[in-house]
Amino acid sequence: MSTSDSLHFQYTVSKDDFTHAGSASSDVKNKLKKMNVSAAAVRKVSIAMYEGEINMIIHAYGGTIDVDIYEDRIVMCLKDTGPGIANIEEAMQEGFSTAPADVINLGFGAGMGLPNMRNNTDEFQIESEVGVGTTVTMTVYF
Amino acid sequence: MTIKDFIDTNTFTLVNDGNNHDVELTGCYCCDLLSIAMGHAPQGCVWVTVMNNVNTLAVASLAECGCVVLACGVALDDVFLAKAAEQNITVFKTELPVFEAALKAHELL
Ligand SMILES: Nc1ncnc2c1ncn2[C@@H]1O[C@H](COP(=O)(O)OP(=O)(O)OP(=O)(O)O)[C@@H](O)[C@H]1O
Ligand SMILES: [Mg+2]
Repeated sequence: MSTSDSLHFQYTVSKDDFTHAGSASSDVKNKLKKMNVSAAAVRKVSIAMYEGEINMIIHAYGGTIDVDIYEDRIVMCLKDTGPGIANIEEAMQEGFSTAPADVINLGFGAGMGLPNMRNNTDEFQIESEVGVGTTVTMTVYF
Repeated sequence: MTIKDFIDTNTFTLVNDGNNHDVELTGCYCCDLLSIAMGHAPQGCVWVTVMNNVNTLAVASLAECGCVVLACGVALDDVFLAKAAEQNITVFKTELPVFEAALKAHELL
């Protein structure tokens, strides 16, 4: 495999589906392990992708995750169908959360998901339009 | 100490054996907020929490915690137990409060 060829996988994430939350991240984790990617890189990918996946379930209306695995890196693109984020700078701050009470009771809402995503990836990009949706693109080098 | 050794101390009640007996336990970690645990729980830790839903298991698996200890006698439902079995996560329960449970784990390690 050269650095420009990739293995592509797509996952569908459904709103409020807590039973399957994390299954896309687990699947990617298992694939990377089988490919003998370093344990440190696998852990970073797992953490970042789970936080993104759960945000699509809690804060958005679900969406799709596209994963491309190259020889030297993984690119995860998480695209949801709304409602979007009005102020990205504010959302990225540690501790900022709009999580409703029912998901706070499940242990979410510390406002650490987006910071975890940024801190565990080598490249992190977030784009959002209110009423349209949010796209997060993250790269981890192996 | 390995998970096998930890199980054999019979300190906490084993509710799911994740068959990861050889994993070396690295320390003890306490937190109930999932994304804080996700960011800070060390790999191979004994994670003590009262958060008794399946999302705890997802975090434990993805952050590669060694095992989970549910403290304060919190109830564990069938959905939780089924997920723990499916994901091969070693889970214990105890009536002890979080601090006492963590202290015991810490003294054993
Ligand atoms: N995909 C998304 N769509 C809409 N809003 C989002 C999305 N992701 C994050 N947000 C907004 O950004 C805030 C911060 O997100 P972040 O993941 O850091 O924290 P959280 O999800 O609220 O809590 P935690 O992740 O710590 O459990 C959210 O509360 C929400 O307002
Ligand atoms: Mg979040």
